[in-house]
Amino acid sequence: MTVSALLVGASLLLASSGIPGLFYPRSRALGERIAALLSAAGGVLGLGGSLAVLAGLPAPGLSLGWSIVPRSGAVLAADPLTAAFLLPLFLLSVVAPVYGLSYWPQAEHPDDGQKLRFFFGLLTGSMAIVTMARDGVLFLVAWETMALSAYFLVTTEDRKEPVRSAGWTYLIATHTGTLVLTAMVLLLGRSTGSFSWVPWEESRLPAGTSAIVFVLALVGFGFKAGLVPLHFWLPGAHSSAPSHVSAVLSAVMLKMGVYGFLRITSLMPAIPSWWGAVTIVAGAVTALTGVALAVGQGDLKRLLAYSSIENIGIVYVGVGTALLGVAEGQPAWALLGLAGAIFHVWNHSIFKALLFLSAGSVVHASGTREMDRMGGLLPALPRTGLAFGVGAAAVSGLPPLNGFVSEWLIYVALFSIWTHGQPAFALVGLAIPVLATTGALATASFVKVFGTVFLGSPRSAPGAVPHERPGMARPVLALAAACLVLGLGAPWLAPFLERAAFAWRPALAKTGIRILEVAPLGWISVFGLFLTGSLAVGLVALRLVRSAEGFRTGPTWDCGYAAPTSRMQYTGRSLGQWLGEQLLPRRLGPSVRRQEPRGFFPVIARFSASTPDPFHARLFAPVFSSWADRLNRLRWLQQGRIGIYLLYILIVLVGLLAWSAVRQRWGG
Amino acid sequence: MTQSADLILVLIILSNFVILGSRELRVCIRTAAVQGALLSVLPLLVHREPGSRAILMALGAAVVKGLVVPGFLFQAIRHVKIRHEVEPYVGFVPSLFLCAVGSGLALLFAGSLPLAPEHAGSLLVPASLATMLSGFLVLTTRRKAITQVVGYLMLENGIFIFGLLLIEAMPFLVEAGVLLDLFAGIFIMGIVLNHIQSEFSSLDTHYLSDLKD
Repeated sequence: MTVSALLVGASLLLASSGIPGLFYPRSRALGERIAALLSAAGGVLGLGGSLAVLAGLPAPGLSLGWSIVPRSGAVLAADPLTAAFLLPLFLLSVVAPVYGLSYWPQAEHPDDGQKLRFFFGLLTGSMAIVTMARDGVLFLVAWETMALSAYFLVTTEDRKEPVRSAGWTYLIATHTGTLVLTAMVLLLGRSTGSFSWVPWEESRLPAGTSAIVFVLALVGFGFKAGLVPLHFWLPGAHSSAPSHVSAVLSAVMLKMGVYGFLRITSLMPAIPSWWGAVTIVAGAVTALTGVALAVGQGDLKRLLAYSSIENIGIVYVGVGTALLGVAEGQPAWALLGLAGAIFHVWNHSIFKALLFLSAGSVVHASGTREMDRMGGLLPALPRTGLAFGVGAAAVSGLPPLNGFVSEWLIYVALFSIWTHGQPAFALVGLAIPVLATTGALATASFVKVFGTVFLGSPRSAPGAVPHERPGMARPVLALAAACLVLGLGAPWLAPFLERAAFAWRPALAKTGIRILEVAPLGWISVFGLFLTGSLAVGLVALRLVRSAEGFRTGPTWDCGYAAPTSRMQYTGRSLGQWLGEQLLPRRLGPSVRRQEPRGFFPVIARFSASTPDPFHARLFAPVFSSWADRLNRLRWLQQGRIGIYLLYILIVLVGLLAWSAVRQRWGG
Repeated sequence: MTQSADLILVLIILSNFVILGSRELRVCIRTAAVQGALLSVLPLLVHREPGSRAILMALGAAVVKGLVVPGFLFQAIRHVKIRHEVEPYVGFVPSLFLCAVGSGLALLFAGSLPLAPEHAGSLLVPASLATMLSGFLVLTTRRKAITQVVGYLMLENGIFIFGLLLIEAMPFLVEAGVLLDLFAGIFIMGIVLNHIQSEFSSLDTHYLSDLKD
């Protein structure tokens, strides 16, 4: 049995994991256990298979022996690039369903639990096929299956109006993206003469055509990945979905956009420099905008979604440097950029899954997503809080955790471009301060999140005492440990990253370059170990001192008042206010309505702020609604009679026949 | 061989007129059944040496188009007690006229198609186009859902005739596709019929426009 067959089998296990549960009555909990078991089994098998591929085991293509349309064959294969994206997918298909057993048990959600697990399996399975498809048509079919299952997952709680609205926005965005990708696949099929995704020859793909393909790929995959301004569906969809679904959407599905973009660029015969420049600019804009919008958010899961946009931007900067390196014949840039991008994909999928899962526990415990209603949750959720802290530090790119290492690889690539000497490349170096600002803002927003949610005292009286379910805390702690391990063990991952990069552009392998030669990852590890060690020593010392002296505990944010209330605390909004209102351009900032207290005995004072997505509210919504008005004039076409509709078909058919006859007669 | 095939094709075109011109539902269904039976002979005649596949195909078509579907329709009209098509959107005489024009145009048009030499003189393509057009006419101009099913059946018959052209290139695909499609179509129409009946206590599809939003 080949590795490809193993991986295909694992994806089938995932895809079918929700089916047995459909046959059990809604009151039985057996279905959810079967689903989690199947999904975890598929995940473990798949993890083994993808690690084997990354370790260098060849995985020949597997032809399914049938074709959907002429000139296309259903071929599935796994090279290290595929395996690099399969790894987070299979990891999440073990972790998320196990978490879901405690988070979304059938007993508490009898109406939508079966639907959720069915589409969850379909989503993970189709994503595995997306990464393995080596044929345009098969790719599109798997892509659309993935997009539609994600729609049904986002609208799990379709009784709520905001959820339905977020679902519609997502559906429009994803279908527009698929439309662009269909155009790309058809164009490729037309110019290369087949839908197979094997390296295309330069003679079949002239520069003009490949430029169009590149732009279509950037836009089409950009919708899925969430490049600004195509990200407008993302915050709503991520915050509406159940948290373990948001974790998979953010950790894996966004990455499918990155994967598709990498796959298309890997098959291109030649890469011009402007591709790299455009990708870097797109990535830098996405990273900065994403994090700038994250700072002001009041909804915990929306904030995490914006942070995902930021991280996708960082990944695209890495991909852009890699493209530039290939175009300019600089293997070091290409290798570092791509290794950084892929490593960041792994890291982001770990810490963002961690953050979304712990956000799920927080929302579960506090009953709200509004951070300004939470507070002081650390004593009630100690393990979740610890894991969330680790994840927040990792997402901010702080050493010794994994986010730091991957961002550092991208920085090294950017610095080596900047120091190359040519003035044009110095402009690319502008991405460095942009990334640095991004990192600072990310740290600020996660300080805000952690401070508001876990520290201080509770801001609203909860209905019940918040508590932690062990089944939800364990997976999250495991992910937190993975953050630390990946951060410290980076040098051992270098060969895997190299193989993925070499699978992307095989020409890189011929230059004989190695990551460890151009980036001193070992020193990063030593430095990380030193940091971890001193942190551990510090904690032990603190504990010793505390037990020796006997500490007094009191309410946080006492502020010297005689009768402090929890409303005197800084809110998340006030922590983010300066950043939100002073630093950002007004169009991106939150819209604030306030009535300030006046006089010595103020009676009325009001404050409210909302943070809708500025691109959605000010760019897309007006355009779409004006088009909806215009298209309303075509409503007379909708008569509601089957006969009339059939008549339309008849008219089109007769028209087409007449056209072909005319072309035939007068030589078209 | 071609002559007998052409004779059958002419009969099929004539049966289109019968269906379009008759008010009585039983006549419509019976004629559609005859049309299906005639059709099922065609694969045997078109093939140079009819093998087991052609025979199977003929049998399948005869059973489905000549017996099963018409039987189902007869059962339906017995069930809902409808006998006549009343007030079609386009009257019987005008629709006969339209059908004649359509068949003429189909003959003209088929002459200008780049066909394989062995099909050039045959009536296969014009008959197929004429049947499809008549099927569309029935579908669009009649009110009763049962007549519309008959129209659908005719449309499928037209496609079936056209499929005979491709039968040597991809035999099994065409057949399986057509029969499956037909069966699914009738099945869905049956369900729709049932629901229209129970919702509006009539089989007039006119009421369906109440459902548009």
